[in-house]
Amino acid sequence: MSDTKKFYWKGIEELTNDIEVVKYADKEFPEHLPIKDSFGDNSEEVKSNRRDFLKLMGFSVAAVSLAACDTPVKHAIPYVVKPEEITPGIPNYYASTYTEGGDYCSILVKTREGRPIFIEGNTYSGVTFGGTSARVNASIMSLYDIERAKNPSINGKESDWTKVDKEISDKLASIAQSGGQIRIVSNTILSPSTKKVIADFIAKYPTTVHVTYDPISSSAIAQSNKTKFGKTVIPSYKFDKANVIASFGADFLGTWISPIEYARQFAQNRKVNKDKKQMSRLFAFESIMSLTGANADYRSPIKPSQEGLAVAKLYNLIAGKAGKPTINTADIKIPYLEKCAEELWASKEKALVVSGSNDLELQQLVNEINEMLGGYGNTLDINAPSYQRQGDDAKMASFIKDVEAGNIKGAIFYNCNPVYDHPQGANLGKNLNKVELRVSTVDRAKSETSSLCTYNCPDSHFLESWNDAEPKKGFFSLGQPTIMTIFNTRQVQQSLLTWAGITTDYLTYIRDFWKNNIFGLQSKESEFELFWKRCLHNGVFETAVGDAYKSMNETATEAPTTIDLNAIASEISAEYKNTSGIELVIYPKILIGTGIEANNPYIHDTPDPISKMCWGNYVSIPLSMANEMGFVNKENKANTATVKIGNQEFNLPVFIQPGQAPKTIAIALGYGRVNTDKVTVGKVANEAGGINMYSFATLSNTVRYAQFTGVSIADSGDWERLATTQTHSTFMGRETIIQEASLAQYQKDEQAGRFFPHISGSIKGKRKPTDVSIWDISSDGYSEGKEPKTEYEKTLWNARRGIKADIHKYTNHHWGMSIDLNSCIGCGACITACHIENNVAVVGKKEIINRREMHWIRIDRYYTSEGDGLEERDFEKLAQVVENPKVVFQPMMCQHCNNAPCETVCPVAATTHSSEGVNQMTYNRCIGTKYCANNCPYKVRRFNWFKYYNNNEFDYNQNNDLGKMVLNPDVTVRSRGVMEKCSLCVQRIQAGKLKAKSEGRRPKDGEITTACASACPTEAIVFGDLNDVGAKVSVLLDYEVEKGRAYNVLDEINTRPNVWYLTKIRNIDDEKKKA
Amino acid sequence: MSKSISTRILSFLFSFLLLGALAFAQDNTQQGDGATDGTAQTGGATGGLSTDAAVISKGEELFNANCKQCHAVQTKVVGPALAKVYDRREIPWLINFIKYPQRTIESGDEYAVALYKQYNQYMPNHDFLKDDEVVAILSWVKKETDSPTKTKDVTTTTEDGQNLPKESNSGLLVAIVAGLATLLIVVLAVLAMLGSVLTKYLAKEKALSEADKVILNQKIEWGKILTSRGFVGIVTFVFIALVLKVATESLITIGVQQGYAPDQPIPFSHKLHAGQYEIDCKFCHNTVEKSKHASIPGPYVCMNCHNAIKTTSPYMQQIFEYVEKDEPIKWVRVHNLPDLAYFNHAQHVKVAGLDCTNCHGNIKEMEVVQQVSLLTMGWCIDCHRKTEVNAKGNAYYDNILEVHSKYSKQPMKVENIGGLECSKCHY
Repeated sequence: MSDTKKFYWKGIEELTNDIEVVKYADKEFPEHLPIKDSFGDNSEEVKSNRRDFLKLMGFSVAAVSLAACDTPVKHAIPYVVKPEEITPGIPNYYASTYTEGGDYCSILVKTREGRPIFIEGNTYSGVTFGGTSARVNASIMSLYDIERAKNPSINGKESDWTKVDKEISDKLASIAQSGGQIRIVSNTILSPSTKKVIADFIAKYPTTVHVTYDPISSSAIAQSNKTKFGKTVIPSYKFDKANVIASFGADFLGTWISPIEYARQFAQNRKVNKDKKQMSRLFAFESIMSLTGANADYRSPIKPSQEGLAVAKLYNLIAGKAGKPTINTADIKIPYLEKCAEELWASKEKALVVSGSNDLELQQLVNEINEMLGGYGNTLDINAPSYQRQGDDAKMASFIKDVEAGNIKGAIFYNCNPVYDHPQGANLGKNLNKVELRVSTVDRAKSETSSLCTYNCPDSHFLESWNDAEPKKGFFSLGQPTIMTIFNTRQVQQSLLTWAGITTDYLTYIRDFWKNNIFGLQSKESEFELFWKRCLHNGVFETAVGDAYKSMNETATEAPTTIDLNAIASEISAEYKNTSGIELVIYPKILIGTGIEANNPYIHDTPDPISKMCWGNYVSIPLSMANEMGFVNKENKANTATVKIGNQEFNLPVFIQPGQAPKTIAIALGYGRVNTDKVTVGKVANEAGGINMYSFATLSNTVRYAQFTGVSIADSGDWERLATTQTHSTFMGRETIIQEASLAQYQKDEQAGRFFPHISGSIKGKRKPTDVSIWDISSDGYSEGKEPKTEYEKTLWNARRGIKADIHKYTNHHWGMSIDLNSCIGCGACITACHIENNVAVVGKKEIINRREMHWIRIDRYYTSEGDGLEERDFEKLAQVVENPKVVFQPMMCQHCNNAPCETVCPVAATTHSSEGVNQMTYNRCIGTKYCANNCPYKVRRFNWFKYYNNNEFDYNQNNDLGKMVLNPDVTVRSRGVMEKCSLCVQRIQAGKLKAKSEGRRPKDGEITTACASACPTEAIVFGDLNDVGAKVSVLLDYEVEKGRAYNVLDEINTRPNVWYLTKIRNIDDEKKKA
Repeated sequence: MSKSISTRILSFLFSFLLLGALAFAQDNTQQGDGATDGTAQTGGATGGLSTDAAVISKGEELFNANCKQCHAVQTKVVGPALAKVYDRREIPWLINFIKYPQRTIESGDEYAVALYKQYNQYMPNHDFLKDDEVVAILSWVKKETDSPTKTKDVTTTTEDGQNLPKESNSGLLVAIVAGLATLLIVVLAVLAMLGSVLTKYLAKEKALSEADKVILNQKIEWGKILTSRGFVGIVTFVFIALVLKVATESLITIGVQQGYAPDQPIPFSHKLHAGQYEIDCKFCHNTVEKSKHASIPGPYVCMNCHNAIKTTSPYMQQIFEYVEKDEPIKWVRVHNLPDLAYFNHAQHVKVAGLDCTNCHGNIKEMEVVQQVSLLTMGWCIDCHRKTEVNAKGNAYYDNILEVHSKYSKQPMKVENIGGLECSKCHY
């Protein structure tokens, strides 16, 4: 800290010292926010006056008198016959599987009295390793979506299964008899037994063909492997084995193929600790600021039209070193590309190059680069492939052509929505009526595709269904229902079986499948029943499979074809040219993804990790373009722009994204599911609004998510308020909150990058802030100064660490947390996990605009600018470095200060300190003065401005009985007028302690953990009892505090938090100091 | 529908199991125990019965221990009433039947078969009783028949639906009140009409006395009425009543409703079950040591015993109905903590080893359960201040106890380990 001049800033508004930001910076809550009309229209000043007061008074008196008419009688209603496994008040956990298209996560579902309330990661899984993602956590809410289809329907009218089945079976039979073509269209299906169901269906109706596409396609990778290896698959990537990684627009930490798996692998080789002082280096070349780019050590913004040339140049550079022939493409100058090539070559088989492009030629080049480096068998494995993207763009395109030509007589849309999420969706929608039999199985009858289908046979939610999955070869996973079907839905496999005339229920089917196909792969259990039970209990079954094993997810192996590098070169030269026009990137976002969960309020309320935007899409533009065109982002206010692509145009608010490639605009997928005459996705999806960008993706042989020409953008002259949380809760320019160092510095000195505050002016000279106290700290609170410490007392954290405890004495537990800034990738899984675990209210777009988001944990994303002479926040000078800033993520929640500033100012003692180090918040005592929030230096306290339940103004899950099912019964639902904040999941602590006490033992480490820590895919958050000498957090912090890498945020104000941060280490070369 | 069938099947299954178990027990005991142990078979109806007080009191003891669950002297319970049973059959027959009922029935004994047909179930074997013990029981029965003691026989009072819950008559009450109110309004209207008619009539009259004129020109002085004592009194009364009402209600919402003893849909008697039959609380409230909830038992718990016992009671019929309709019993919750307070039974019963009566009072004496404790936060805190932590033998507390005893001579109370902290109960 001392040497480098770094500036941390959260957004353009803060950087430019926007007057609004400055005005609100020192206020936890901005003033003059209208309460009555909370929804934005600031045009007229709304004041509550005396009349309103009298009206309210009158109403309250009337309401109270009315309410007083009857004594409330509460009932205690027992089960008629209690299910054996249920004990009221005790949660049950079931291992299951999340699949959404090709996205996969092995999960544990927490159920209370038979209803799922929380999703945790399954640590038995060798794919996801117990991690989850924000989307997986939030998916539980879609189970309780009141707007799901409640019955099968015919032409939009609700019907019953018998009728639907009869009609569909009859029509299928007649189509098949006349030789009419039938298609089953789906996204990637990971389930091998479902594949067999489809095979059975095809056996019954032989004219059926199964067409797979992915809304966010990786078809080119599979195709490139088909030409090279004869296998149409995605290889297994092993980011943990790679020391140097180069990513060309592949957001493998955020959205690319299997982000939970990759994040875990990546973090494993990024963590530095006592025994490991090495870490991998990540180069990112990308057009938008992705999560991967944000975590890169070296990042170069490139325009999408440069991507091909960049990969080609890397190929040439590596080929030059390998002595292989180079290819002839235009040269291009990209920062760090040469350096990247050098280091890749130096790491050889410990290097990995990935590209997110869906361009076949480009992926072929990437394959060649990886082969030259020797990565196959080391950092990527084609023989144990991943099945997580099976879509074939060409087949899907020909399906749409066939529909247009009227060649298709029957189409079953298996949980997919191509009218919405395929580039030619509009075309498909227009021609769909040429298909005689149109069946959809999505969970809502009036979605884009299903509204055009005759029959909608709603699939059950994955938490209501049996399922299995094989995300990677030999990695099997079972999904079991954790609740009865809430509505009259039926899982789609059962529907297909029924229509194929097979009467077996799908559970029996899946068991038989496992018995015949998977049971034989192991020898541990001799009896199938035992094997099945073990798999069901563990959720996963993973084994090394021989070559003889052929997965249902595998397509036939073909002979590899020779790769014509010259043809590739000419293709690339033809497609990628240095242009000067504005280009468009269409990209998936971490939360909304493909848009399938567009009606899930948790998805929208959680800010995007990079832009921190909630609810709705926007066009992000680089700073240079904003300056050029005069676009401004102010506190919650932004210009809207008219974007013209080809001959279509639309208006979207502009968001200035630092780090974005020049002359590039980017718009996210997954939005635009708004209500029209025919289509109703849901209230939440409609509130999010936005524009559907799938239609702007182009379709050549594969789907491309960029446009190089024909894009223009202009000021529409309008303003819009953005629901972004990025400048909320600023630290007022205190720069020491983030402390970071380069790897080399760290290797030399583990406390590199640390900032050690001193208090001067004392007669004793410079002193540490912790040495100064208004309390008598002559004693350390344990020995009371007299008696010698007992053995046990010596092991307690404060005694162990020699911390003068300032009269805080934690003899039992001392809960603490360590957050490794180095492994935090900023994905936001912790936010949704906390959101759901702690019944945090969804507040909606307008309230986020009003700075009233309720998240207990936020991830502060800081951009850093570094350079000489940056003494002040000088925009002129900063502008140069802002084009490509570095990024730090810092999860921030209540720090549970031992000397908590909030506690001392509460007039009613509603926030107090516990004997276990937890800063407790007592809602029923709180009178809402907000003093605590104003006095909190970390700005982590949240005020309930409204009653968020049973309130039509907040028509989200807490406004209907079904949606309330997701609430955690052990956590109070807060009402209006009280403060709330992170409780360190005290309900989990209490439950864990009770379990230990009942069994007459101390809690085991890992038994008690917080929702955020359990959700974290990279294990950046470690929680535990600091007093427990053997606990993971204790061991970790013992070392890191000793060595000085661990620090408390705002150490200088002596709040003594129980949350520790480990410095961020970047694997960057130290630049030589200028003389 | 399918559910109600399955529950019925379950209950059938359960009864089968029970009968099976009885039969099994019987098989075990029959072995090696061929005939009665040759006690002299005294002739004559009541010849063998004793009037000796010691024998009778022994008989009473045995009766209470072995027979009472199913038999009473004067009334039919599960099995027949026993009054004058010694007159109906001979003593040796009785001894044999009591010890081996099923065998007797299966042997084709006419009377026994008739009994079986009437009650449709086997009485369990009582071959563990010695003959003189059976005689002692019968002696007590004879004594009871002749001069019954009227103390404890609770079963008689609840027999045959005398105490069936009365049809809710609140609807009727409302109707009566509404009727009265309408009547009053009509009377008032008629009086007002009469008044105005009379005034008009008087106004037409020319020759009026002064007094009449005063009455005629009388104006309602609202100001005076408003300040009149009566009016102020009424308003004050209504106001105070309302405030009281609101205050009570709000106290209830925070749990203060000491003495609350609501009627339950089925007048389950804790006095009978927990008191007289001494059934352990945890037998029915069986999750009390595992969970935050003690579990209010549903029909599935009642059926454990009442599958065989007192199946004909109208209340049991009510429960059967619930089972058949697959409808839960809506017990009225007696102890209501507000949602903002977290209370865990397991913590207090399993870990702290507290007896239920600590908070719930002497349930064994309660015909209708009522809230005994205050259940306010002050009450909780008070106990946490006074109560010593049940730390002995629990490894969780070892270190804490050690540190505590080092610095304090007082025993380790709940408050010493953070039992007064907010987020121990509020989160």
